Amino acid sequence: MRMLPLAQADRAAMLATIGAQSVDALFVDVPPEAVLTGPIRDLPFHASERVVERHMSALSAQNLTAEAAPFFCGAGAYRHHVPASVDHLIQRGEFLTAYTPYQPEIAQGTLQVLFEFQTQVARLFGCDVANASMYDGSTACWEAIAMATRVTKRNRAVLSGGLHPHYAETAATMARFAGDELCVLPPQAVADCDDAAVMAAIDAQTACVVVQYPDVLGRIPDLAAIAAAAHAQGALLVAVVTEPVALGLIESPGALGADVVVGEGQSLGVGLQFGGPYLGLFACAEKFVRQMPGRLCGETVDADGRRGFVLTLSTREQHIRREKATSNICTNSGLCALAFSIHLTLLGGSGLERMAELSHAQAVATAKALGTIAGVEVINHTWFNEFALRLPRPAHDVVEALAARGILGGVPLSRLCPDRADLADVLLVATSECTDPEDIVALSDALKEILA
Amino acid sequence: MNDFNPAGWRPSLGSVGDTPPRGTATGNRALDLEEPLIFEIGRTDRCGVDFDDGPLEMLPSLPRRAGRVDLPGLSEPETVRHYTRLSRQNYAIDLGLFPLGSCTMKHNPRLNEKVARMPGFAAVHPLQPQSTVQGALAVIAELADWLVQLTGMSAVAMTPKAGAHGELCGLMAIHAALEARGEAQTRRVILVPESAHGTNPATAAFAGFAVASIPAGADGRVDLAALLARLGPDVAGVMITNPNTCGLFERDMKAIADAVHAAGGYVYCDGANFNAIVGRVRPGDLGVDAMHINLHKTFSTPHGGGGPGSGPVVLSAALAPYAPRPHVVRDGDGLRLVEAAADLPDAFGRMCAFHGQMGMFTRALTYILTHGADGLAQVSGDAVLNANYLLAQLRDVLDAPFAQTGPCMHEALFSDSGFAAGFSTLDLAKGLIDEGFHPMTVYFPLVVHGAMLIEPTETESKAALDQFIVAMRSLAERAKAGDPDLHAVPRHAPRRRLDETLAARKPRLVWRG
Amino acid sequence: MPRYFTRDHEWIDVDGASARVGITAFAQSQLGDITFVEVPAVGAVLVRGDSAAVIDSVKAASDVYAPVGGTVTAINAALEDAPDLVNSASESDGWLWDMDLADPGEVDDLLDAEAYAELVAAL
Repeated sequence: MRMLPLAQADRAAMLATIGAQSVDALFVDVPPEAVLTGPIRDLPFHASERVVERHMSALSAQNLTAEAAPFFCGAGAYRHHVPASVDHLIQRGEFLTAYTPYQPEIAQGTLQVLFEFQTQVARLFGCDVANASMYDGSTACWEAIAMATRVTKRNRAVLSGGLHPHYAETAATMARFAGDELCVLPPQAVADCDDAAVMAAIDAQTACVVVQYPDVLGRIPDLAAIAAAAHAQGALLVAVVTEPVALGLIESPGALGADVVVGEGQSLGVGLQFGGPYLGLFACAEKFVRQMPGRLCGETVDADGRRGFVLTLSTREQHIRREKATSNICTNSGLCALAFSIHLTLLGGSGLERMAELSHAQAVATAKALGTIAGVEVINHTWFNEFALRLPRPAHDVVEALAARGILGGVPLSRLCPDRADLADVLLVATSECTDPEDIVALSDALKEILA
Repeated sequence: MNDFNPAGWRPSLGSVGDTPPRGTATGNRALDLEEPLIFEIGRTDRCGVDFDDGPLEMLPSLPRRAGRVDLPGLSEPETVRHYTRLSRQNYAIDLGLFPLGSCTMKHNPRLNEKVARMPGFAAVHPLQPQSTVQGALAVIAELADWLVQLTGMSAVAMTPKAGAHGELCGLMAIHAALEARGEAQTRRVILVPESAHGTNPATAAFAGFAVASIPAGADGRVDLAALLARLGPDVAGVMITNPNTCGLFERDMKAIADAVHAAGGYVYCDGANFNAIVGRVRPGDLGVDAMHINLHKTFSTPHGGGGPGSGPVVLSAALAPYAPRPHVVRDGDGLRLVEAAADLPDAFGRMCAFHGQMGMFTRALTYILTHGADGLAQVSGDAVLNANYLLAQLRDVLDAPFAQTGPCMHEALFSDSGFAAGFSTLDLAKGLIDEGFHPMTVYFPLVVHGAMLIEPTETESKAALDQFIVAMRSLAERAKAGDPDLHAVPRHAPRRRLDETLAARKPRLVWRG
Repeated sequence: MPRYFTRDHEWIDVDGASARVGITAFAQSQLGDITFVEVPAVGAVLVRGDSAAVIDSVKAASDVYAPVGGTVTAINAALEDAPDLVNSASESDGWLWDMDLADPGEVDDLLDAEAYAELVAAL
């Protein structure tokens, strides 16, 4: 087999050096009844590269891709164009097959990238500092809640109804084991965000308020007002950004008073990938640095006085603090952070702005076209690149009908809130700089036909 | 105070300022190129992406930000150069042996990368209609089936995003099972061997358990008597790594599992070292109730400089009902993701958004299909053979505390016993850098002083191992003789030893100009 | 003001019903370069033997135990910017916290300088 370099002669020589009769003899500590006598029954034997590729290719061909269909899905994962150089660079072996940079002398490539990434995320989110990534936006969100409970020594969190339901469910799962109390406001398919309800729910036991920006229906909450209300009660504001491209056009949450900003970096450099691997972003105020979860890269000098970078503040982490660590996270999302960072370097502030303008403008054009269809109502007053429609029929059925016509027309809110019959007629529609006028025409025509 | 730094790891800068000047005007030396930060060379108004020009219709109601985000941009050639130069400052598996114990730094096949990028996997959205992603669901189901068969378990939770996340999943499933039995309030303690990886007690604490540490015996394995003595009605279960962090197979694994079950608890197995036994031993046969598998270790998905990983958790019949949402199930002719809480009332909840690390599933499945059941058995055989070869070739020059107990598994453990006064494992490790290798895992596990844990993996040739042995024998002699130059190494890497004390005392985590 | 010691290498200067606590020179030498000191909050109520402070070096975090029970009245603010004071002056300027004693009798269980010196010599 091509990935196993040892030849029989090698094995024989090595066994002689070791003084063992056979490779099987090296497994002497395994109880005999647990040793399999041969390869596991029913599982196929090895296969050539050509055969494996053909098998996987056939599975790939069964899926309808965003490249092959007019595409309007969002709801926490967004399709943007990733320049070819990004994917090319992350496949360099020195990035792809490198390890966590625990030996900094021979990992300055990874470490400098992480330092640049942390700075980019901190600036994008309007915060003092950021970490070197988490698994994804949803786990970054619960880590932020956990940090807020540590910092405030309170154990209650208020979650806006505009928070992605998967994020709320993840937070609820973790809270159950931490013994935290979550006040989860239900999503409402109305034009306004639930800012007032969120603010009213804050009390003296509240560690933090969690608000998504833009929210799951694409609306834009008033973070400054919520921040003031939270701070008045000694609580923190955790802002959640599932679409960081939005920050090319709307203000950064940190600048509006958010104490912690978390998010999903998948939009930049990473791609859709059927839901993973994605990229958790975590940024906060300087004063919380020693309570932050995740790896941190810091600047220092070497023995010759030259600038270099190292992982630092490691005593927060599991390999040192063990049960008192700020998180149990070890492996994070390094290669995705690299892809994000390269894409953002290619964009710069001006490119990000243009990308955001295009994404937004396509949403404006789409909403205009769809809003003219009889029975279809655009719910939002405003949006970045995603908005909600109210349809005269269950959105799930409409999306299935669109798929049958080769169109990926958006995400029915019922997919995220299956227990809410009152939301069954809501469709989430997202666009980006990849959305072409022909796509909008195709969606509009098909929707008209389906709803006629 | 409690134990001062039991592992004995004291970072030291070594000898400073004795490197000769670089001798060029630029500070570069041929292919050894310095590279500034993007903040030092980029500008906010420079852009390496071509967008459509022209006016756009925006919503007047959009609360537009006052100014652009202050992020530097570079043209495409500058970007490629920046990151290519940075990449050349990294060691990688593609360059050489990466002997990190418990990390399984095996070759990352490039077919994995090609398959992961097939549009049907890379360009599909997690919330598309399920009829449009049957091929993606088939990948998840096929991989899940392999993992269940290889481990002899009943079911597998596919969504955890890494090993530590998988550990959390396993402990939450145990908690859910105890809750169903009405014992979640009384069984609050998890037993963890003192040699365990730090994620184990950290995870147990996060899942709401208290941790009781079980000592290792003189043979490097869990002290069975101590563990049995600690079992009782307050114990929810045990977290055990097998093979363990000393590179040894826990001979009493079945006895431990039987005792824990008899006492009403569950057995969580940390599967980080599965590479030693894949295709030869099934953890299910040893009584395991839950085990995470690191796809980025045993199943070759790339380490990427620190992730992403993937940590699916195989579950016994006792724990399978509690597996987190979503599940992939067969539905007539096709496959379906079951996501709603109402449809999975026993599932303990959701670990994260969407369905798991699909990009890692395609890579891991590609690897598994390539090797097959016969190839995987050979993987573990060669991995264990390679580690024992290293052990045999080094135990006369380095102290191997458990070598006399029998063969090791896929990794060999050494200590700093015999080093000259003032010379540490850190010095030897830094010396390996100049010899052209990444250091082994150092100062872990904590049960051995100055631990050096070496895992070659099965993708190393005998020639590569022999070269590594040459380097290690030389360094061992230098450490025992007290060669002062070992305090100055590395000399030939892009950087000398870095001041970690300064980085921790005065953290500078972002560029401030 | 008499100084007492614990078996866990804390020192405590006792002045009637109040005291000042730090770690010994031996302890700081074992820790290596100290990078951060997490002191208890003013007003915190400590029980003898509880972990009251944490001292970080680059690769380790060590708990400092309360030698006696009582209430924290002051902490050494200089340590925030200069944690290395615990290395250079562990038994003087590198003190950690001041406290009022809940039960001055607990002092009787501590070691005097001679007994502590013997303990260290035997390590």
